Amino acid sequence: MEDQLKEFILMMADSSMILGQRLGEWCGHGPVLEQDIAITNIALDLIGEARNYYRYLADVEGINEDEYPMKRDVRKFRNVLLTEQPNGNWADTIMRQFIFDCYHYYHLEGMTESSDARLSAIAKKTIKESSYHLSFSGEWVIRLGDGTEESHQKMQAGLENMITYYDELFLPVQYEIFCRSKNICGDFNLIKKNASAKFNSVIHEATLTIPEMYHARKGGKSGLHSEHLGFILADMQFMQRAYPGLTW
Amino acid sequence: MNKIDSLEDRFQSRIDKEEKIEARDWMPDGYRKTLIRQISQHGHSEIVGMLPEGNWITRAPSLKRKLALLAKVQDEAGHGLYLYSATETLGISREELLDQLHTGKAKYSSIFNYPTLSWADIGAIGWLVDGAAIMNQVALCRTSYGPYARAMVRICKEESFHQRQGFDILLTMCNGSVEQKEMVQDAVNRWWWPSLMMFGPNDSDSPHSAQSLKWKVKRLSNDELRQRFVDMTIPQAKILGIELPDPLLIYNETRGHYDFGEIDWEEFRQVVGGNGPCNKERMAARIKAHEEGSWIREAAVAYAEKKKNYEKASVA
Ligand SMILES: [Fe+2]
Ligand SMILES: [Fe+2]
Repeated sequence: MEDQLKEFILMMADSSMILGQRLGEWCGHGPVLEQDIAITNIALDLIGEARNYYRYLADVEGINEDEYPMKRDVRKFRNVLLTEQPNGNWADTIMRQFIFDCYHYYHLEGMTESSDARLSAIAKKTIKESSYHLSFSGEWVIRLGDGTEESHQKMQAGLENMITYYDELFLPVQYEIFCRSKNICGDFNLIKKNASAKFNSVIHEATLTIPEMYHARKGGKSGLHSEHLGFILADMQFMQRAYPGLTW
Repeated sequence: MNKIDSLEDRFQSRIDKEEKIEARDWMPDGYRKTLIRQISQHGHSEIVGMLPEGNWITRAPSLKRKLALLAKVQDEAGHGLYLYSATETLGISREELLDQLHTGKAKYSSIFNYPTLSWADIGAIGWLVDGAAIMNQVALCRTSYGPYARAMVRICKEESFHQRQGFDILLTMCNGSVEQKEMVQDAVNRWWWPSLMMFGPNDSDSPHSAQSLKWKVKRLSNDELRQRFVDMTIPQAKILGIELPDPLLIYNETRGHYDFGEIDWEEFRQVVGGNGPCNKERMAARIKAHEEGSWIREAAVAYAEKKKNYEKASVA
């Protein structure tokens, strides 16, 4: 397998893995029982998806799937910065989720026609889940944005917190450009166009305002992360680091 | 015979005939109260029980175990939901139920006030705590109140899966390194006695039991259930190759059951009374989740109202 393809698969895998890990922090602490269950469902889907990518790599490289999430250090992770951001309050979590879902859904849509048979199979399976996530998070953005004064303010703050990580999603790095040239993934312009249309219409219906100026952060796709990721890994990799080489 | 007597007699004779009582049926006040107390306590236990295990979701040692644990804790949330719904059929709202939990008026199972200190605790909880819960719940599938019995049937299927999963975690570790096996032994040492306490006080000290058995709200007594659990668990401990922390555990040929040592009832009273190792943390976590959810619940109501108006406006 080419290095570029491997990096691309890791980017998909790590993004879903890290966001799933973050959502797992909510389990048992959700604001309402039904929402606790729903957010855990999304965590299960995302980690399940990540596992499919890791297995693909593991099969090719002849190692265990857990090597990827459990043994690499921060600089080797390729997840987008958005996914490692702290849960904050429920408004931050929902906004982070909605932004990710807009990107993820249309990205998967492009990948259903991937020239790589295994990726296209994963995308076809995952897009059904992602479509559910997108409607769930989109509905909640609208409900809370257009709910009470307090919920509106919290969602607006959530949007301002998370919009910083929006642009990175759609800005292809070198290995993505390579994968596009081999028809492994969809067309970036199309993904961005569809995702932005969805994003804008929901934000509008939610009566929220996208800030005119913000600083777009990037780097996650190339392994340049925020400080948060180290702490996520300290938790996630604790067992494998403390007791190396054992079966659980 | 006065009218009240005849209603109660008729009610009892339906129970004696194993008929299910439904939400709309007449029932004695005491029966309703007992059910609300028991089912809500059961529901609260599912919800508080998410916390000690949820504690290990971010640290689970493999993808497989992480997914299984997430799904398990989510199942417990689902159980809480069924049970709250069953309690609501008796005329009490979820808001009131949660209020009773948060003010300490309602109890939950004392077991969830113990800490999860190692990954083996996740296995031990599945094996012992879900195992003990199953003993209770299988018997409750035949409880006299229809909505409760039906909730139990759904729940039991998932609980036995949880127990197998917990046992599998422990078995995998027992087949591993010396360190892993020690971790299992330590976890079982800590969880064994609290698991036996899950069945509640001895029958001789259980004030509500006789009436509950007559109403068939309970089907087996605390001591009967506890004995069944001990008898079931010992052969499984042998497969794991671990010791249970009770020198008095021995098979009694005459009784056809295992004898076991005396439970530390003072510890049980302390934990139920709020002085267990994690009571404060568990309640604080539940209250925090609920309070931080209030703006979300308010917004959902406000939005639903607005939406009705939007629809009216668009029709007009
Ligand atoms: Fe349960
Ligand atoms: Fe369970």
